[in-house]
Amino acid sequence: MLNYSLKRLASAIPTLLLLITVAFFLIRIAPGGPFDAEKALPEDIKANLEAKYQLDQPLIIQYVRYLWQIVQLDLGPSFHYRDWTVNELIAQGAPVSFTLGALALVLAFTLGTALGAWAALKQNSVADYSTMSVAMIGISIPNFVVAPLLVLVFAVTLGWLPAGGWSYSFSHLLLPTIALALPMVAYIARITRGSMIEVLHSGFIRTARAKGLPEREVIVQHALKPALLPVISYMGPAAAGILTGSVVIERIFTIPGIGSHFVQGALNRDYTLVMGVVIFYGVLIIVMNFLVDLLYAWLDPRIRYD
Amino acid sequence: MNQSTQDLFEQALDRREVKGRSLYVDAWHRLRRNKAALTGMALLLIIVLLVIIGPMLNPWDHEIPDWDHYSTPPSLDTGHLMGTDALGRDLFERVMVGGRVSLLVGLIATLVSLLIGVTYGAVAGYLGGRIDNIMMRAVDAIYALPFMFFVILLMVVFGRNIFLIFVAIGAVNWLDMARIVRGQTLSLKNKDFIEAARASGASERSIVLRHIIPNLLGVVVVYVSLTIPQVILVESFLSFLGLGVQEPLTSWGALVNEGAQELETAPWSLLFPALFLAITLFAFNFIGDGLRDALDPRDR
Repeated sequence: MLNYSLKRLASAIPTLLLLITVAFFLIRIAPGGPFDAEKALPEDIKANLEAKYQLDQPLIIQYVRYLWQIVQLDLGPSFHYRDWTVNELIAQGAPVSFTLGALALVLAFTLGTALGAWAALKQNSVADYSTMSVAMIGISIPNFVVAPLLVLVFAVTLGWLPAGGWSYSFSHLLLPTIALALPMVAYIARITRGSMIEVLHSGFIRTARAKGLPEREVIVQHALKPALLPVISYMGPAAAGILTGSVVIERIFTIPGIGSHFVQGALNRDYTLVMGVVIFYGVLIIVMNFLVDLLYAWLDPRIRYD
Repeated sequence: MNQSTQDLFEQALDRREVKGRSLYVDAWHRLRRNKAALTGMALLLIIVLLVIIGPMLNPWDHEIPDWDHYSTPPSLDTGHLMGTDALGRDLFERVMVGGRVSLLVGLIATLVSLLIGVTYGAVAGYLGGRIDNIMMRAVDAIYALPFMFFVILLMVVFGRNIFLIFVAIGAVNWLDMARIVRGQTLSLKNKDFIEAARASGASERSIVLRHIIPNLLGVVVVYVSLTIPQVILVESFLSFLGLGVQEPLTSWGALVNEGAQELETAPWSLLFPALFLAITLFAFNFIGDGLRDALDPRDR
């Protein structure tokens, strides 16, 4: 298993390198630079600034230099937030984004699997159809539509919860978490239902029933684990979805996480900040996929590490 | 021999070719029984017609403000069926024009991804072996990247040109298509019925035309119907962030964005575009699901 883990981590390096390379050159060929403003800076000052951040050197040299910097885990200074390094900006936003993302993931997983399993057990009943219709609505309506609607109902009309802002409190966390988790709840419910139905029809469940196990035990002990396999493999893409979702959710609820840095950074041509966020997200997704694979093999002993 | 046995006898001798039911006739019958898919199709048809005809019947322009009515709620008296936005522009007209853009983006970007994906996947699957291996490794590597961030970067880099939105989304969205087509081609190549066709002397050309392409088509059609809503979603996501379609043109995503900012004073400017976007996505998803059930009954 250690061998497998090392191999997997090694294979992540080319992916990460590709990510860094493409993002680096893409943002650099964008017209405009970090020091362009409404009021143009005098040439000399601009030249000095560019020299300070080594932007005056050939692109390829900057690229190599940047890679070397990354290896040392230094993401460089932010061009827009002059007194901050990108490391500091990310360190500041990460706990906020993590809290939100983790809560949404947990909510989506528990609620989604519960709903899906329930629908599968009542297959073709009214409960099944209504759950799956609601799930379809959840998939269809994007979270940047759900979020303002939630604000409209629960913050503006009813006045129960704040419309935005951030603190580690239930009232501030509730709406963004729901908005972020909702599409995923729906996906997971559908996946769980499908695989649960398949598992319930398989031979070993019939055996379990035939030897007289109580239904509860059949489902919890035998059916649930294999039925969760497709859900687990969905958790990788789900994590990526949470990350992109957080970009809009953080914007709508004015939450000071990392997601809001990305779009703003790209618009400001804050090269280092954009790169920092891309790399951070890339690493996160790679790690998440890796954990999913490990979990998968643990749940299904037929899968071997090779 | 009486008359009826005579008839039976003649019928038995009748060598007229039995009219077989093709895969697609079968699929159409299954689809027609699927109420959700039919509802989806009806909804979509209504929306498409509304988006095409609506602006022709509506007296207002999507750019020119009605100077007497800023941010007015929907009303028959003012003639603004969905009200006006903060600049006094008729919301009905804007939602219709935005719908044209959103649907068009969905269609064209899907075609782009279809073109790239099918070609790439078919080549990889058909050639097989090492080339296939390398091509699919490349797809895996790209797949692991957070693709939404690349679309955002692309939009920032190339300015907010509507045609670039098509290309950018399509060019990033072809990976799934390539994987599906490749897998399908690969498995079809070695299927028994292909072998049987070959053994019974069918030409390579007719194997491709009669067996491989029809079997591929089902998957592609299903995938296309599920990609269109996905692409519409990506476009609205970009427009929501202010990176997509630019003023004075608009799209549902851009309208939702505007509406979300005027949420407290003019909730209708959020509700109408949100409703249209949601219903369209809903309809496409139901159609896609129905098509999958109809064309690929194994996965039921």
